[in-house]
Amino acid sequence: MIDPRLVLVLSAALFSLGVAGVLLRRGAISILMCIELMLNSANLAFITFARVHGGPEAQIYVFFVMTLAAAEAAAGLAIVIALFRLKGTTDVDEISLLKW
Amino acid sequence: MTDVSKLIWLIPILPLLGVAWNGTLGRRLGKGAVGATACGTVLLAFLLSLGAVWDLAQLPPDARYVTASLGTWLPLGPIGPGGEAAVVDWGFALDPLSAVMILVVTGVGFLIHVYATGYMAHEEGFARFFVYMNLFMSMMLTLVLGSNLLVTFVGWEGVGLCSYLLIGFFFDRPFDARTGLTCADAGRKAFLVNRIGDFAFVIGLLYLLTTFGTLDYRSVLETVATGGGSHAMLVAVGLLLFIGACGKSAQIPLYVWLPDAMAGPTPVSALIHAATMVTAGVYMVTRMSGLYAHAPEAMAVVAVVGAATALFAATMGITATDIKKVLAYSTVSQLGYMFAAAGVGAWTAAIFHLMTHAFFKALLFLGAGSVIHGQGGEQDIRKMGGLKSKMPVTFATFITATLAIAGIFPLAGFFSKDEILWGAFSSGHVGVWAVLALSAGLTAFYMFRLTFLVFYGAHRGDHHTWDHAHESPRSMTVPLLVLASLSVAGGWVGIPAILAGRDINVFHHWLAPSLAGGHAEEGAAHAASTEGALMAAALAVAIVGIGLAFAIYRRRPEAAASIASTFRPVYALWRNLYWVDELYEAVILRPFYAMSRFFAAFDRFVVDGAVNVSGIVVDITGQLLKLFQTGYVRNYALLFLMGVVAILVYFATVPR
Repeated sequence: MIDPRLVLVLSAALFSLGVAGVLLRRGAISILMCIELMLNSANLAFITFARVHGGPEAQIYVFFVMTLAAAEAAAGLAIVIALFRLKGTTDVDEISLLKW
Repeated sequence: MTDVSKLIWLIPILPLLGVAWNGTLGRRLGKGAVGATACGTVLLAFLLSLGAVWDLAQLPPDARYVTASLGTWLPLGPIGPGGEAAVVDWGFALDPLSAVMILVVTGVGFLIHVYATGYMAHEEGFARFFVYMNLFMSMMLTLVLGSNLLVTFVGWEGVGLCSYLLIGFFFDRPFDARTGLTCADAGRKAFLVNRIGDFAFVIGLLYLLTTFGTLDYRSVLETVATGGGSHAMLVAVGLLLFIGACGKSAQIPLYVWLPDAMAGPTPVSALIHAATMVTAGVYMVTRMSGLYAHAPEAMAVVAVVGAATALFAATMGITATDIKKVLAYSTVSQLGYMFAAAGVGAWTAAIFHLMTHAFFKALLFLGAGSVIHGQGGEQDIRKMGGLKSKMPVTFATFITATLAIAGIFPLAGFFSKDEILWGAFSSGHVGVWAVLALSAGLTAFYMFRLTFLVFYGAHRGDHHTWDHAHESPRSMTVPLLVLASLSVAGGWVGIPAILAGRDINVFHHWLAPSLAGGHAEEGAAHAASTEGALMAAALAVAIVGIGLAFAIYRRRPEAAASIASTFRPVYALWRNLYWVDELYEAVILRPFYAMSRFFAAFDRFVVDGAVNVSGIVVDITGQLLKLFQTGYVRNYALLFLMGVVAILVYFATVPR
């Protein structure tokens, strides 16, 4: 079996990639994808701990996260399409309707 | 004995039915139906009163106290010394004193209602007028018949309301050129001045309630008679109630509203501001005579204020030029007489004068109304004159009332005024007696000045008015004639023993069970020769007053102006009513306005300011915080990340 610490390091690396992507990317779709990346890195950590501790709880959480990720993707993409229709762009820096 | 006296609760209700009927249907019905309803309910109340009083008279004198209760009004908790639960009933009581009052109120009230159907025939708001009048009758009867102070107070406030409504009846018409008041302003003034008195009245009432635990007249007076209540408390209550009476009965210093109350239609002046409502204060003080008898200091105040008002108002009556204002000052002056009588302990005399005054002053006002009616609304006596030939009935009745108020034998005013003067003298209040005697002379003078200026000499108005001057319709002259006969004969129920040779003073014996035994009446039998001399003196003073008026206004009318210019300062003082209105304006109203402005400014700058400052603080905070709203999603995400990291660091470092 692979050392769980290695898997956790991978999970942390993926999460950091996601965070960096959310902070640095300007396209809304890229940001959504980075969020998916963060969610799935968290899933990876859950699975790892499930393996270590041997209980079912962490796996149940994974299913929750996957459901949430699907919903988030649906809602997020819908918002992005609406924004694109409105502003003609998906660049989040151009979209600042609520700014003073 | 029948059971009619058990129905006294119905007496105030009857006019209320007229209010309901005319108030809801009055505008649809014709004037005839409205007038008939209004007069009819009052007539029924009068007949019922007659029956009830007849019933009462069948009882032995000491048992003449019939009560009727419509149930409990206020079940109060334990109040008073014994800690027993106090209860206030919707109670009515008929005793000799309230018997006199209900007969005067319903009797004179009925005549004035009849008169008003003629007087108001051409006015707008005919039904509204009679609704107010009937409501007034109902409230006045509640006031008089109430068996406890609180029911009386209900009536007391009710008549105040009706007074306000009726003074301002022609609410859009200008009233006084000198002060620029409209009729509505005059009503407001009356209402507000009365509030001052009523405030004291309520305090007195609560003081009485908390001390004795009851407001029932009989219980209160019994408690006082058996030594209840400290002396200081009785004096305080007496003074507080008297301040209330001062407001309602237009005594110094609260008399200022009554002259302006003349803005109301003349029947209102006759009914409310001469015959009934303004005497409510005298009635109330007399009703509490048992309390005042134990508070001699309060009585002294009553006597002094009454006598001072009698003289003070009489002087203002001399220079007034509005026919109704002359009568208004005369009313204030005569009310002063009644209070002076009450103050020296001559309670019977006070009520006697109240009754005779109701007759002749109502007659004077109705006569004045007849003159105004015949003159097309003119009220300035400088533009009248010579109306004797045009209005014979009005003239004959007016001169009767004038003789009665002047105190000429054997008219009603002679007996009542004489009894007051004798009461003041025999109880040792020689100063009060002197002031009242002087006022009697002035009264005779200004009343005959009025009569001469209105009915004698040449007409001083335009000839158009003169040509149209006419006698009033039957509905107005008949009440005049009835009141004139009462003004003649009304005093004969109280003829003093010295004139009759034996004791035939029915009035005195009738009232005795209701009143505290005053020292004035005890001494009555002892000094017959003094009494005769005083009587002659009073008559002489009145005749001098009349003679003076005759000499000036009948013989040499031009002399009036030269006399006025000779005594210019005095004339100016009286003509401007001692500048009392101006004094109140300067001493009370202006500081009050200044205070109001201060509080308005306080509200605007401090109270509103505090609210505005809190708003400004929120605004500035928002201005600062909005800098975080850059509109860049990545900035938000970064802050979010930093927040998460901070929380993690926190939980990682804080020891459990």
